[in-house]
Amino acid sequence: MANPIRAFLNRPNDDTAKTFGVAIGVALVSALVVSTASVLLKPIQDANIAAEQAARMEAMLDQLPGMRDLMMETGVDALETRMVDLATGAFLPGTDAAGFDMLAAAQDPETSVALTTEQDLASIKRRPTMAPVYLLQKDGDLMLLVLPVHGTGYASTIRAMLALEADLQTVAALTVLEQGETPGLGARIMEPDWQAQWPGTLALAEDGTPVVEVVKGGATEAWQVDGLTGATRTSNAIQFLLQFWLGPDGYGPMLDRLRAEGL
Amino acid sequence: MKLTERLTDPLIRNNPITLQILGICSALAVTTSLSTALTMSVALTVVLGASSIIISTIRAHIPGSIRLIVQITIIAALVIVIDEILQAFAYETSKQLSIFVGLIVTNCLVLGRAEAFAMHNPPLPSLADGIGNGLGYSLILIVVGTLRELLGKGTLLGQPILPTVETGGWFEPLGLMSLAPSAFFILGLLVWAIRSRWTDQSEAVEYRLKPDAGRAAR
Repeated sequence: MANPIRAFLNRPNDDTAKTFGVAIGVALVSALVVSTASVLLKPIQDANIAAEQAARMEAMLDQLPGMRDLMMETGVDALETRMVDLATGAFLPGTDAAGFDMLAAAQDPETSVALTTEQDLASIKRRPTMAPVYLLQKDGDLMLLVLPVHGTGYASTIRAMLALEADLQTVAALTVLEQGETPGLGARIMEPDWQAQWPGTLALAEDGTPVVEVVKGGATEAWQVDGLTGATRTSNAIQFLLQFWLGPDGYGPMLDRLRAEGL
Repeated sequence: MKLTERLTDPLIRNNPITLQILGICSALAVTTSLSTALTMSVALTVVLGASSIIISTIRAHIPGSIRLIVQITIIAALVIVIDEILQAFAYETSKQLSIFVGLIVTNCLVLGRAEAFAMHNPPLPSLADGIGNGLGYSLILIVVGTLRELLGKGTLLGQPILPTVETGGWFEPLGLMSLAPSAFFILGLLVWAIRSRWTDQSEAVEYRLKPDAGRAAR
């Protein structure tokens, strides 16, 4: 009785069993190699992405006029992170924001709520119950508030950071952290030229209603920003995700509370 | 043919890009700067060497009816591994290379060497052939990448070499060099130069116009 592997290899190459055997064998070995590499390298890749996002946040702070001086004055070198209960808008002291992943939390039924079609402007289906916000305060007054937002674009989930000024109405900056939109069209939301239009835009009306719009063919009002040519769906997605996150199902309750009571 | 010849022959005499005109697409796309050209060169050479040796080792057992798909599966697996490694250890460069690392799978060069050489030769010569062709490809990429970055931006590997007008120097960057057509021009000039020096590479003219055909008709 010969070794079964040898017997298999000794079959003629045009034999059906051998053809199937070789095909399955090659596929299995390749799959194993690919998954091993993917799993082993995942932590390093995640660290790269996290470092890049931290660098984007730093870059956003750098482009805000006077923000670095203010931070120097108040003696902090990074923004303060607080967890927010999105339903009530209350801060959750004692909840650790480190390692909290909004997208992962939105997948878990225990840490998220389902959205109805009318609520779900950002097309995200579920919204986490908590979210981290980043803020800068001086003598108890809020100076800058940074909100992480996300939504479904044309071909990917778009993640961004929206910085609001102390009046809680005006955009200080918008930075896109992550997207996989069409290169050359929707992906231009990553470009500094496009993001540079955001500072000064009126995101919310005085009563706290989100009014920000991404429009075609020339923004004329204070609450409008030019969309991207050839990327209508991506431009709309940005508008809707901002309206969602600034609205009553997003950070609305927290913004109302901050407007009424301060920090 | 000796192993060293297998390794050096594809550098100029039998260069995959300038003689066989393979792998042009990626040669155009990744040569806007020297660093992307270098990373792509290393990635392709590794994939080509590894795929050649693996395919050559199991060549006797690859059924002819499914040989192409077996080759592609092996090449694709190697490319994904390389891409993952780049994303882990060379994140910035991997973002610039974006889809072109993934497109090594469809690079005619890789499948071409697997099908033409590794399927019929023992592992060691196949490895030498794979790496040799990878180096031939790399050589052209590096030449094109160097010229394009130097003339297009006045830098090499991001280091300023020619002081540009913007920074108070004398060099006016040629914007065209950063665009794809310039890679065609440089490749064309390279092919011309190489075929003028090694005239045996020139292809025979397929047809000639009859002399004075116009006058005869009149």
